[in-house]
Amino acid sequence: MSKPFLEVDNLAKVFADGQGGELTVFDEVSFALNKGEFVCIIGHSGCGKSTILNVLAGLDEASKGNVIMNGKEVSGPSLERGVVFQNYSLLPWMTALKNIMFGVRARWPGWSREQVRTHSERYLTMVGLDKAMHRKPSQLSGGMRQRVSIARAFATQPELLLLDEPFGALDALTRGVIQDELVKIWSETQQTVFMITHDVDEAILLSDRIFLMSNGPHARIAESVKVNINRPRSRATIFQDPAYHRVRDYLVDFLVNRSGTATPDTQGKPRVVDPTLLPPVSPQRPAEASACEESNTESAARAVNA
Amino acid sequence: MNSLAMRGSLLSLVFLVVMLGLWELATATSGGGGTAELSEYELLMGGAGDEGVARVPPPSAVISHAIAELANPFYDNGPNDKGIGIQLAYSIYRVITGYSMALAVALPLGFVIGMSPLMYKALNPYIQVLRPISPLAWMPLALFIIQDSERSAIFVIFICSIWPMLLNTAFGVANVRQDWINVARTHELGPLRTAVTVILPAAAPTILTGMRISIGIAWLVIVAAEMLVGGTGIGYYVWNEWNNLDLASVIFSILMIGVVGMLLDMALGRAQRLVEFKE
Ligand SMILES: Nc1ncnc2c1ncn2[C@@H]1O[C@H](COP(=O)(O)OP(=O)(O)O)[C@@H](O)[C@H]1O
Ligand SMILES: [Mg+2]
Repeated sequence: MSKPFLEVDNLAKVFADGQGGELTVFDEVSFALNKGEFVCIIGHSGCGKSTILNVLAGLDEASKGNVIMNGKEVSGPSLERGVVFQNYSLLPWMTALKNIMFGVRARWPGWSREQVRTHSERYLTMVGLDKAMHRKPSQLSGGMRQRVSIARAFATQPELLLLDEPFGALDALTRGVIQDELVKIWSETQQTVFMITHDVDEAILLSDRIFLMSNGPHARIAESVKVNINRPRSRATIFQDPAYHRVRDYLVDFLVNRSGTATPDTQGKPRVVDPTLLPPVSPQRPAEASACEESNTESAARAVNA
Repeated sequence: MNSLAMRGSLLSLVFLVVMLGLWELATATSGGGGTAELSEYELLMGGAGDEGVARVPPPSAVISHAIAELANPFYDNGPNDKGIGIQLAYSIYRVITGYSMALAVALPLGFVIGMSPLMYKALNPYIQVLRPISPLAWMPLALFIIQDSERSAIFVIFICSIWPMLLNTAFGVANVRQDWINVARTHELGPLRTAVTVILPAAAPTILTGMRISIGIAWLVIVAAEMLVGGTGIGYYVWNEWNNLDLASVIFSILMIGVVGMLLDMALGRAQRLVEFKE
């Protein structure tokens, strides 16, 4: 078997805790991504997801371990890794189109202005913003800004796309539309996507695999959950698939009951899990206990969604 | 909204008429007050001998003087008799020259200080000591070293307008949102391109605020500087007319100083609106 596209080996990040001591946010994090994969990572707030993403992007340095992409060590940011930030990070003095042209020009400095513009407009159209391309970010809604930000990232055609809770601030309807657009572009381009989310349903809808992160300090990526659901998936019908519920129950159970104690396998790699092959997480419970546990699980899922 | 602007202008006009009326009235009655009330100061200024000239002139006199001056602002009858337009042009030229030189130094230096915490630490003590020095205190040293009154005046403008621009540039540059810097980093922009395409537009509103403060200070200082160095310029002109005891001319030039200062500020205000952005 060939080497994976991206390999993360024994990564750790230590911050000063502000009282003269040290805080090991995460430790011994190892995983690999294959080319063209869509992987989401879920974990409780503060466990270090954004920090891992920033290290992958090259914006932050790990305290220990290394990241290797395409056989080369990641040191510093690169156009091969596009980032979509939670707060969109558009340049507010430029129109939507200029923001994308900014990225495209940086990617292909030799292109003519016409080439840059045509290419940029194509990606804006892809996210449905051809009508709003001459507006500045302050004149766009949150959802439209995030689309511009996604269009900018895809327009530079990076090999790896890193998204940090890109839909966290959006209402459910807008989120759904942009999720669909994201999957559409991704399936056309076969780029590799690594995305942080708080939303269990979003992760299942989008991912090939879902990484589950245990709580910090000393957080680990404990498990890698396979999402064995055929594509294309539809938001409207996915919940009819029995596999969807198996995966969802598994994720929620992890977040509610096991995120404090879960560990990777003995080599530090996440344990590979396919919930559809496991016996159900909450097997044929006695009737009395079932009602109470079910409501627990549901409220937890909502909390995770929020 | 429109009617508010109109009512405002109307009220302004009313204030003007009332103020000019009171002024006219006050100068008229004090004229009838007689020579018995001449103050020591007026005596000193020769008021006893030439009563009509030493008094504050009524607005009507100032206005007719203004009309006469503005009818031919650029006449030149030798060193002591030039039109107000020529004098203002000298002052504006000095301000623009000193100010541009200050901008040319403050902008790059402000970028360096804003982008490098080390340079900030190293240069900050000097800035803190030099900044509070009255620009006129530099005048003797400037005259001695530069040996030229014209250039010394320009140097004084340079030194007084550099600080607000320098500090605002440094502050604006240092406080550019890290997110926008990260956008530049993820797109592999070099330091120079980052400075020009991301940091400059992001810090521009703050920089323009500094430039606007600076032009105001420069215009304040040029009048005083020209009073010291003499020769030409609106500051020299005011002082010269005072020595001639031509108070109508003094009041007229004071108003012109105000008008030009306002225009300079408005120009920078325009520029400021051009670079502003909403987040
Ligand atoms: N610059 C920093 N200095 C100190 N601690 C930090 C810094 N950045 C993040 N942390 C800490 O690291 C932990 C993980 O942060 P983060 O990666 O943002 O978590 P997540 O994205 O999973 O919510 C948090 O406990 C946070 O307080
Ligand atoms: Mg985060």
